[in-house]
Amino acid sequence: MDLNEGSGRDHLVSAASLPLQPGTGPRDGAPPVLEMRGVTKRYPGVLANDHIDLDLRAGEIHGLLGENGAGKTTLMNILYGLVTPDEGEILLDGKAVQIREPSDAIARGISMVHQHFMLVPVLSVADNILLGEEPMAGPIFLDRAGSQRRIRELSKSFGWEVDPNQRVESLSVGWQQRVEILKALYRSARVLVLDEPTAVLTPQETNEIFSVLRKLRAEGYAIVFISHKLYEVLEIADRITVIRRGRVVGSRRPSETDEDDLAELMVGREVKLTVERGTSHPGEPVLVVDNLHARDDRRHETVRGINLSVRAGEILGIAGVAGNGQDELVQSLTGLRRPTSGHVTILGRDVTGHPPAALYRGGLAHVPADRQRHGLVMSFPLDDNLILTDYGSRPYATTGGLIRDPEAIDKRADELIAEFDIRTPSREVAVSTLSGGNQQKAIVAREFSKGPSVLILDQPTRGLDVGSIEFIRQQAVAMRDRGVAILLVSAELDEVMELSDRIAVIYRGELVATVDGRSANREDIGLLMATGRAAANGAQPDTVTQ
Amino acid sequence: MRLREAGGNALAIVAVPALAVLLGLVAGAVVMIISNSLSTGVTDLTLPLGAYGSMLAGSVTGLDELVRTVSEAAPLILAGLSVGIGFKAGLFNIGANGQYLMGALGAAGTAAAVSAWSPWAAIPMALGAGMLAGTVYGFIPGALKAWTGAHEVVTTIMLNFIAAATIAYLVTGPLRTPGASFARTGDVGNAALPIIIGRQTGTGDLGILFALAAVPLAWLLLSRSVLGFEIRTTGANPSAALYAGMRPGRLIILTMSLCGLLAGLAGAGQVLGISHFISASYSTSVGFDAITVALLGRAHPIGILFAALLFGLMRAGSALMQIRERVPVEIIDVIQAVILLFLAADIIVRTIFRIRTERGGVEELKTVTRTYGGAA
Amino acid sequence: MMEFFYGIPVLGLFVQLAAYLVQIVPGIAPIMLAISVPLAFGALCGIMNERSGVVNIGIEGMMLLAAFFGFIAAGFAAGSAELETSGPFGVTLPIVFGVAVAVLVAVLLSALHAWLSITIRTDQIISGTIINIAALGLTGYLNRIFISPNPRLGAGTFRTWGPPDWLTDLPVVGWLFNMFLKQGPIAMSLIVFVILLQVLLFRSRWGLRTRAVGEHPRAADTLGINVFALRYRNVILGGVFAGLAGAFLTLEQTGSFQNGMTAGRGFIALACVIFGRWTPIGAFGAALLFAGADAFGRTVRLIPPSGDLAPLGDILGTVPAQFYGVLPYLVTIIVLAGAVGRSVPPAADGQPYVKEGEGG
Repeated sequence: MDLNEGSGRDHLVSAASLPLQPGTGPRDGAPPVLEMRGVTKRYPGVLANDHIDLDLRAGEIHGLLGENGAGKTTLMNILYGLVTPDEGEILLDGKAVQIREPSDAIARGISMVHQHFMLVPVLSVADNILLGEEPMAGPIFLDRAGSQRRIRELSKSFGWEVDPNQRVESLSVGWQQRVEILKALYRSARVLVLDEPTAVLTPQETNEIFSVLRKLRAEGYAIVFISHKLYEVLEIADRITVIRRGRVVGSRRPSETDEDDLAELMVGREVKLTVERGTSHPGEPVLVVDNLHARDDRRHETVRGINLSVRAGEILGIAGVAGNGQDELVQSLTGLRRPTSGHVTILGRDVTGHPPAALYRGGLAHVPADRQRHGLVMSFPLDDNLILTDYGSRPYATTGGLIRDPEAIDKRADELIAEFDIRTPSREVAVSTLSGGNQQKAIVAREFSKGPSVLILDQPTRGLDVGSIEFIRQQAVAMRDRGVAILLVSAELDEVMELSDRIAVIYRGELVATVDGRSANREDIGLLMATGRAAANGAQPDTVTQ
Repeated sequence: MRLREAGGNALAIVAVPALAVLLGLVAGAVVMIISNSLSTGVTDLTLPLGAYGSMLAGSVTGLDELVRTVSEAAPLILAGLSVGIGFKAGLFNIGANGQYLMGALGAAGTAAAVSAWSPWAAIPMALGAGMLAGTVYGFIPGALKAWTGAHEVVTTIMLNFIAAATIAYLVTGPLRTPGASFARTGDVGNAALPIIIGRQTGTGDLGILFALAAVPLAWLLLSRSVLGFEIRTTGANPSAALYAGMRPGRLIILTMSLCGLLAGLAGAGQVLGISHFISASYSTSVGFDAITVALLGRAHPIGILFAALLFGLMRAGSALMQIRERVPVEIIDVIQAVILLFLAADIIVRTIFRIRTERGGVEELKTVTRTYGGAA
Repeated sequence: MMEFFYGIPVLGLFVQLAAYLVQIVPGIAPIMLAISVPLAFGALCGIMNERSGVVNIGIEGMMLLAAFFGFIAAGFAAGSAELETSGPFGVTLPIVFGVAVAVLVAVLLSALHAWLSITIRTDQIISGTIINIAALGLTGYLNRIFISPNPRLGAGTFRTWGPPDWLTDLPVVGWLFNMFLKQGPIAMSLIVFVILLQVLLFRSRWGLRTRAVGEHPRAADTLGINVFALRYRNVILGGVFAGLAGAFLTLEQTGSFQNGMTAGRGFIALACVIFGRWTPIGAFGAALLFAGADAFGRTVRLIPPSGDLAPLGDILGTVPAQFYGVLPYLVTIIVLAGAVGRSVPPAADGQPYVKEGEGG
């Protein structure tokens, strides 16, 4: 069965038929398939890549480790032709090559699965995978039937049943990731780059991806695996290169290193990646949600009868695969969406469906998931942003709430900048000039210091550097110890497990289990996230009483 | 918007618009020469000098001329503020023309009815009617956008046409005053705005004061008031505005109504101050000039003031220019378009003149385009 | 028997309205199609732009400038040549020259819009507005200089074809043939372009890549598709449609030019795009709807409902004449209010594409 016109893709059919082999590692003695030498890229104000050297062998999985903003994605974007380097060269099989555009990279057998999905939501799976290399029936028209055939064959070779005609937007994130991988493999002959491929996956899905990668390695692919998750890189990679602030700071084999060593390399100092949580002493319930139902923008019911309560002085973490209703749940609790039925009470007062302003007055604070879109006005100065959710209240507004008081605003801004150590040249610069970490600190400063009774944290450390992550997590625990009821929603299971006193798993709009934070088991939670059930026999998991 | 920031960056802020104007005048000169040469066969390179010279002569060389300039500028100030405040809220009020017409209609019709009353009663009645009419005409597209997502760029242009038709219908019908050789409303009588400066009738009326007073009021609204902060936030980032506890829908309606009020006031002022009646085919270009004025002034009240004065100067002097040099007044529209072009492609201006400021322009325009298909 | 239905209060009027429409539609169908031509061509231009991710509200200005320059070019060409018509459409060299000039002008303006939107990354609504203001100003100015002094300038228009009687006399479908065939060449080409664009957009490689670029340009970029080149090509080609719309106005429908003669058609075309869900056939249907409203207004005044339908005629007669003139604009507003939000634009519509790694 001929899948295509040559270029060595026939092995795709055979990959699935190979038994799973232990990692054989790079074949020593073979020249590197890929070498990047002295790659340098400067942006205004930051040196993203500083004379980086990297080499990659066939039949190897090379882990690229570094915190957010270290320069890993920039380096791979250079390899893929999305970014032009200022200095340095790229060699394939020992010969220097010019990669100016993605089409050059593709032509040379380099494929990339990007950090954020590069899928066109309204197009089908087949269209997305074949875009750019479409099978044709003649010079103008597409070969629809041929496309479908190829996609079915391709996915079957991995044991995946994929419907070529299904719109990508209706797939779960796990399936979207599989489509991304199929897309990369449809083209690649030799080098495969995966940028944070497991960020949104459950542990089970991650394992599946890993076994696919091991098969590909056995077939001779050269694979770059980018991640900031230490234990994953240790598990899958044959070699690990650590990047910090744009420079390579170390290269290790998994057998000669451990998490602490890698963490120290990554951050440049001794760092505890887990926060001291201590024990919580929860009080009375503050936030109570009763049988909440809500619909998404397309009128599908995505919150289907959620009950939860968060007590004063505890952190309740919601774990779940993205797209299971978390967004609509948070929006319903923060006044950004009207629930269709159910009740929400804060400190005994019914606040169902109340708008944000009323909720804030009633003691709610919200750190939103998308800091640039919702949490801040990027073109406004820092001081305006630091009082954004309080703009109309005293002391920032006087004379019956009509006129603003610039002095009061400036005073408050100065206090918050000092207290939360926000790095900024002045309080009047636009927040767009601040780093991601400082932007998030500004939001945290604003919301935490309002003295709320309920705090809702949505993806609070996404995309931040380790220093900021540490700081924000410590602040969250401090808030808890001050008696605030905290609801944490995060797609990073590690974060939920690290911070939460209790963990609830959301699956298809319902909370399918609530477990104690200390005794929670990662695999169990992963299974709940992926399937809604605890074990293969379908038994209901133990639920910690609320 | 703090005053101390504005002072420090004054040169940077003014550079690009000023140079865009310069380039516009140059382009206008070129068009004049070429079209004159094509139509008369004579290539007269000094034509622009004569033309611009006449323009200045007709607009700044004497008290009468200056008064005429300010009178032409007055409705542009108000309409420019109308468009500019809209921009600040992320709305593109192309409907200033229609709102202006409705304001004129409201004022003319009401004034004809109360023309015999005491001026102390007639003027407020007629002005109020004009402002109300404009406000309603701004409310409509605002409500449509807030409730249905229909983008104001298309709805306001439709409303412009409907306004002209409404005037045609009412002035040939119920509002027609008998005894005139063409269809027109009755004279405004005691509702006329008194002349406060200059000797000529038809210029220098009270309407100028309204326009000038509107500038500091607009500035206070936008930079000092809570409502102004809400408007600016809605324009800069509607999602964040929602999160901050604002009600973007309500703000859109409020802002568009305010825009309508300002443009309506401009129209009412023109009728009550200058023309004293309207005909069935009454029309204006103020609404479109106002777009250029707002963009030239970067949607800032002070900038709008200066831009409006510039256009007032051009319009005031254009009559003399057409008489003396036979250059049609429409050349101003051509100049206007070129100015807009250079404002939009400000990179050209910055490259030619080697200006190194960061990209200027009206930030909130991004929200205008982003809400085009109904998404926010 | 029908009188019974006509006589029902309120509802009867709607029945009468339906009967009136059935009565007049076959007769006014060719006019309806003719009125829809600039709207539909404008919408095709809009679709070419927006499907690629570029908002173009300057279609009105492009139409106006194309109409003007096409007219002038044809007029000056005719002034110096022998007018020898040929063929069923009354084709003469000057008129064809005029059409070519009209299309060229619109294509050049599209190139300007493309440059401003794609390379300079100006706000796209401003870019379109500039074209509109420039068009009004320039045509007003040049009209004053070149046309007003030459009142007899003009090359005439294409003639409409007369379809053979055996086609138009067919029962049931005869009036459809009449509608599509009793037209000039530009109007006839419309349906060809509509079908062509519809098929290409959804079944060709060009169409797939265009839609991808309009929805998620970065995804297309990472697959080796040149987003900028594709957008430039589509925007510039879209100008051809705007040029044909303008040429139709002065070289097929009327034989003269008036200031501002496009009268908002370019914006109604945008409403057609939205209402038609960014598909050529949908937009064409919407254009027919708007044209129908316009034609209805004219017909009511010329051939009012009479006889059994007199009650309807009385009611319609009390409505002022200007109302019928603004009917298309009112319908546009109503359609927009209902359609937006329900019909989703291409996701990247209006957002300039910035390549990763460049300052944005």
